[in-house]
Amino acid sequence: MNKRRTVAGASMLMAGVLVTAGCGAGGPSAGGGDFTDDKVVLALLNDASGVYKDVSGPNSKIAIQMAIDDYQKKYGDDAVVDKIEVTSADHQNEPDIANTKAQELYDREGADIILDVPTSSAALAVATQAKNKKKLYMNIGAGTTDLTGAQCNKYTFHYAYDTWMLANGTGTVVTEDGDKNWQLIYPDYAFGQDMVKSFTGAIEAGGGKVAGTVATPFPNDNFATYITKAGAAKPQVIGTMHAGGDLINLVKQFNDSGLKDKGVDLAVGLMFISDIHSLGVAAFEGTIFTDAWYWNFDDKSRAWADRYMEETGDRPTYAHAGNYSAAMQYLEAVQSAGTDDADKVVEELEGKKVDDMFLRNGEIRAEDHRVIHDVYLAKVKGPDDVKEDWDYEEIIKTIPAEEAFRPASESGCSM
Amino acid sequence: MNAVLQYTVQGLAAGSFYALAALGLAVIFGVLGVVNFAHGAFYMLGAVAAAVLLDTVGMSLWLALLVVPVLMLVFGMVIERLLVRWLLPLDPLYNLLLTFGLTLLLVDLVKRRYGVSGLPYERPAALDGRIQVAGIGLPVYQLFVIGVALLVCLGVWLLMSRTRVGMIVRAATERPELAGALGINVGRWVTPVFGFGVALAGLAGVLAAPFRAITAEMGSDFIIILFAVVVIGGLGSIVGAVTGGFLVGLVEAFGQAYAPTFAQVLIFVLMAVVVLARPAGLFGREEATA
Repeated sequence: MNKRRTVAGASMLMAGVLVTAGCGAGGPSAGGGDFTDDKVVLALLNDASGVYKDVSGPNSKIAIQMAIDDYQKKYGDDAVVDKIEVTSADHQNEPDIANTKAQELYDREGADIILDVPTSSAALAVATQAKNKKKLYMNIGAGTTDLTGAQCNKYTFHYAYDTWMLANGTGTVVTEDGDKNWQLIYPDYAFGQDMVKSFTGAIEAGGGKVAGTVATPFPNDNFATYITKAGAAKPQVIGTMHAGGDLINLVKQFNDSGLKDKGVDLAVGLMFISDIHSLGVAAFEGTIFTDAWYWNFDDKSRAWADRYMEETGDRPTYAHAGNYSAAMQYLEAVQSAGTDDADKVVEELEGKKVDDMFLRNGEIRAEDHRVIHDVYLAKVKGPDDVKEDWDYEEIIKTIPAEEAFRPASESGCSM
Repeated sequence: MNAVLQYTVQGLAAGSFYALAALGLAVIFGVLGVVNFAHGAFYMLGAVAAAVLLDTVGMSLWLALLVVPVLMLVFGMVIERLLVRWLLPLDPLYNLLLTFGLTLLLVDLVKRRYGVSGLPYERPAALDGRIQVAGIGLPVYQLFVIGVALLVCLGVWLLMSRTRVGMIVRAATERPELAGALGINVGRWVTPVFGFGVALAGLAGVLAAPFRAITAEMGSDFIIILFAVVVIGGLGSIVGAVTGGFLVGLVEAFGQAYAPTFAQVLIFVLMAVVVLARPAGLFGREEATA
């Protein structure tokens, strides 16, 4: 027993030493000219091996590289900087690891910007580092509205989606379309609780009511009883706030519950196309959800998705596309600022109107740094309607940019 | 009443996975004295194998229920021969560490090959839908899972109690020294028994494929509950593993229904109560743990 303790203690100590060593090393890189180290470094910080790997993960690095290539092709000799690098790190969805990695990326690897960072708690940790180091951070993968609300700062921008947008899309539209009586099933941790709050607000604003909520452990693989419980209240629609493997478990068991035959709809709070791909359309058929972007929406998005597919062999999720777009907008801002000085780049970005393959009617809002754009209410097609692999969504409604996101006046952000 | 019956079926269905896998865990512990931490990973491999076979060669669930356990049996025997065997004479801690490492390796390999978002699985139409029992619609698939689990558990029990092989294994499980003293060569049964235990975990995985998310991580929480099951039932006890499995399934279902916040905790409360009252578990032998 003693021996066991010693071994365990020693390994903990070793791990501790390694982590602390990482924190202290390196210092802020002081710039002499217009560009620190004569180069621009874009850093991808996300989940390279865990549950969100397929949602964004290593493929986002390829997307960012595509942006760099496009920028260099576009400006050629006129580019204000010749050397642009992309680096990446795995935060394992842990806020403390994200915190350490962000410091390393900014200080030691000379990153001018950090991109992505799924998992809300990790994202907030990185936002704090961006603020302290006065370096840019564009979030794509995380959902928390705090990034552009209570915890907003000058150097942090929020791309793609957030919980307010998901709730406002799915919650409001489904309610207005006639499903007034809701039951919500949610994983009992920060993201799930946040989503319930946002959804309840949106549903009530749409004239519906949340008759009950069912909390489940996270993660969890057995949802049968929870579903029976939610179904017993005879709702018109059950809203699930689960993601990834939990969502797949829940959908499989919802399909088994017989509620579908009784006319109970399933609305999903957060879903990525990779989830549909992994479970197959048959299981998700008819499910309604809000999508920040869809690869087969029009020629412009499809053209980009084709290029992405050549590089990776898969179709992109909106996180991949968002990483490309964010990297591109950053490089464009660097081009017009003529420097990688964060304050000057922020000036270029604020208030900028954008229309690219990702952002439609986009605007990088100056007040809270929320990047607003059109989003879509989507319905999962039936197996017979799928004409090609990955073409799983029918866009039933476009939600205009200014309606899709929380108004700046309500964000509570002061920079 | 309506809801109670539904929860019971859901609890027994969840319990079926636990019972089958715990049975394998108990057999392995009984004969080899190995606390097989990789059992959750073997359960995951069963589900992944079923999904891959469906996708590549179109193998139906019916066939997979036979083929995958056989593959897992062979796989388990190879693992025993190549790895587990060498550590048997040492402190059991070494095999615990080995199987823990094996879990990390298997999970990572599956992740690398098949990604993290899971594999699709479509079950045969015959097992879709619900049947009416006493005016309540019960999912056919859950009843099927319970049926298969009961059948297999009964089969294993018969094998153990009515055949010579079973008696040797039982003797080795319950009184290893005595069995050895009586000239029973326990050693030659070690490899097939390990394979058999792995096959049972694989079978539970195949049954889970149409019903649960098939991901590399699906065995991680499963193994923790599984240890609770075998502790409740009694380490190494075959009847205990099965009873414990169904019991834990029911506690989980009713906990989720009536005290959702405590559902997970209830299992471990049950474990604590059982261990306090009967340190060797419900069906364990007091001497075995002394």
